[in-house]
Amino acid sequence: MSSAWLQFVASGLTAGAIYALVALGFSIIYNASGAINFAQGEFVMIGGMSAATMWAAGLPLSFALPLAVGAAVLVALVVEKLAIEPARHAGTVTLIIITIGVSLFLRGLAQLVWGKGVHRLPAFSSEQPIEFMGATLLPQSLWVLAGAGVAVAALSAFYGRTLMGKAMLATSYNRLAAQLAGINTRGVLFASFGLAAALGALAGVLIAPIAFTSYDTGIMLGLKGFAAAMLGGLGSFGGAVLGGLVLGLLEGLGAGFVSSAYKDAIAFVVILAVLFLMPGGLLGARSSDRV
Amino acid sequence: MAPAAATASEARAGVRHWAAHPRSGGTLVLAAVIALAPLVLANNYSYEVAIQVALNAIVCVGLNLLIGYAGQISLGHAGFFALGGYGSAILASRYGVPVWLSIPLACAAVALLALVIGRPTLRLKGHTLAMATLGLGIIVSIVLTTEDKITGGPDGMAVPPLALFGWIVQGERVWYWLAGGMLLLAVWLALNLIESPSGRALRALHGSEVAAETLGIPSARYKLQVFVLSAVFTAVAGALTAHYAGFITPAKSSFMHSVELVIMVVFGGMASVFGAVVGAAVLTILPQFLTVLKDYEMMVFGAVLVGTMSFFPQGIVPSVGRWWARRQP
Repeated sequence: MSSAWLQFVASGLTAGAIYALVALGFSIIYNASGAINFAQGEFVMIGGMSAATMWAAGLPLSFALPLAVGAAVLVALVVEKLAIEPARHAGTVTLIIITIGVSLFLRGLAQLVWGKGVHRLPAFSSEQPIEFMGATLLPQSLWVLAGAGVAVAALSAFYGRTLMGKAMLATSYNRLAAQLAGINTRGVLFASFGLAAALGALAGVLIAPIAFTSYDTGIMLGLKGFAAAMLGGLGSFGGAVLGGLVLGLLEGLGAGFVSSAYKDAIAFVVILAVLFLMPGGLLGARSSDRV
Repeated sequence: MAPAAATASEARAGVRHWAAHPRSGGTLVLAAVIALAPLVLANNYSYEVAIQVALNAIVCVGLNLLIGYAGQISLGHAGFFALGGYGSAILASRYGVPVWLSIPLACAAVALLALVIGRPTLRLKGHTLAMATLGLGIIVSIVLTTEDKITGGPDGMAVPPLALFGWIVQGERVWYWLAGGMLLLAVWLALNLIESPSGRALRALHGSEVAAETLGIPSARYKLQVFVLSAVFTAVAGALTAHYAGFITPAKSSFMHSVELVIMVVFGGMASVFGAVVGAAVLTILPQFLTVLKDYEMMVFGAVLVGTMSFFPQGIVPSVGRWWARRQP
């Protein structure tokens, strides 16, 4: 593999790992409620922004990062209680509009608290690029990949081994049956928002040292995460990870070999092509409608 | 056969029936509102807002046919809006096509595009359809931003004024009557469509596509037709907006603009033509008032949206209509 290839693959995978974390958040909330949470990108923004603020206030990174994730989780839980739960019986389109309202509210709040400027977080370790087979890698990219990998492993342990995780999985298969088995499905929706926000905020703090963060970074990251979740198959966790990595690679290679202005367009053309052929996504369920 | 025995009371009942019918009565009310609004429109600024309301309402009436009646979501209609505007602007300013011709040409091109992309897209359902239309809108937006030799790039381009046979349409008052007249035409067309067999077919496939198919309704063809129709409504409004404003930027094709249009439809009330008009009016006028809040604008708008959709999940007009119906003895 030539060094140019390696370079584009590395930058693509870094972005892809971030998209995968955001996509997981979309799938988790979709599984619990059947709705798309368009405020998912705002949790990413809140994570990055609060980490940057706490670091600027003098907190060491080892404290700032977990606190930032905690702050995003807290915001998500409040949002779920105040905005989502009262409307949980509304139709899907209405729920989508409510989450868009929430995202506008959070973005407006962020603009008020943090202003319109860009904020910066230092790299977790050295900023010195690593030379590797002719390509240069930022150490922060390795942090992103490792952080996303650990999060995915922890998530699969949570779903496979804890009672709460199994309850959430059961709810995603069949909400009514889960309710009949004594699972508190409202609690599952509440926990899903917290979990999705934690993953989003983690993505936010991991990417903040590479891409600057500002009050409106959530829009594009949210869209990419949604696209990645759809590409992999909405509701499938493996699909979310695969979709995120594929989307990141498409962008990285598209920007490197075709045109950086058209990298997003290339990625969306491929996603559309996949969806036309496989409407359920790469790893989505081959669902059939019940009439 | 002339109803020779028709008495005056029967005629009055006929008029009452005609006026109580949404197709005629509702259109009359809308016409009255448009005709009387200038009494309260004090200055050029309020005319500007009224023109924006009318043009946005045209989009929403079309989009509502797709979302509210046929039950198919689109998160990419801002793409059609911008293509209507850019198409007409490019034809007029770069190829010298007169504007009265460039608008229909641009809209015909958008119709053709919607026909081509609608065929594979509308086979998708629910969230996948939302994703596909979102992707199409973003692709349009990227092309408009990147092809700066033709479109002027991120800064946008100037758009020549609308001229009808040498008479240049300008001034807020003239534009107000033009936009109001177009809105009335759009509403009348939509109401007629809804009450036609096609409209019933659309509602049937909203209820259940499979059930509609078993009744012999070619659902794919109907969905495609209403998709193309809503794209044309949107492109007409986009072209008029561009010629009225005198310039256009790629922001008109952005994802946020698509979302705004869907919000207007859902806020006013899905499957209600007048709901779409009310939604467009409220959500066009509200931000004008919110600008006094400056930094709090976005927050308050978000909160209003969440609050309204929580209390009126069906949208404003259907919720108020139901409340009114309950009050009647």
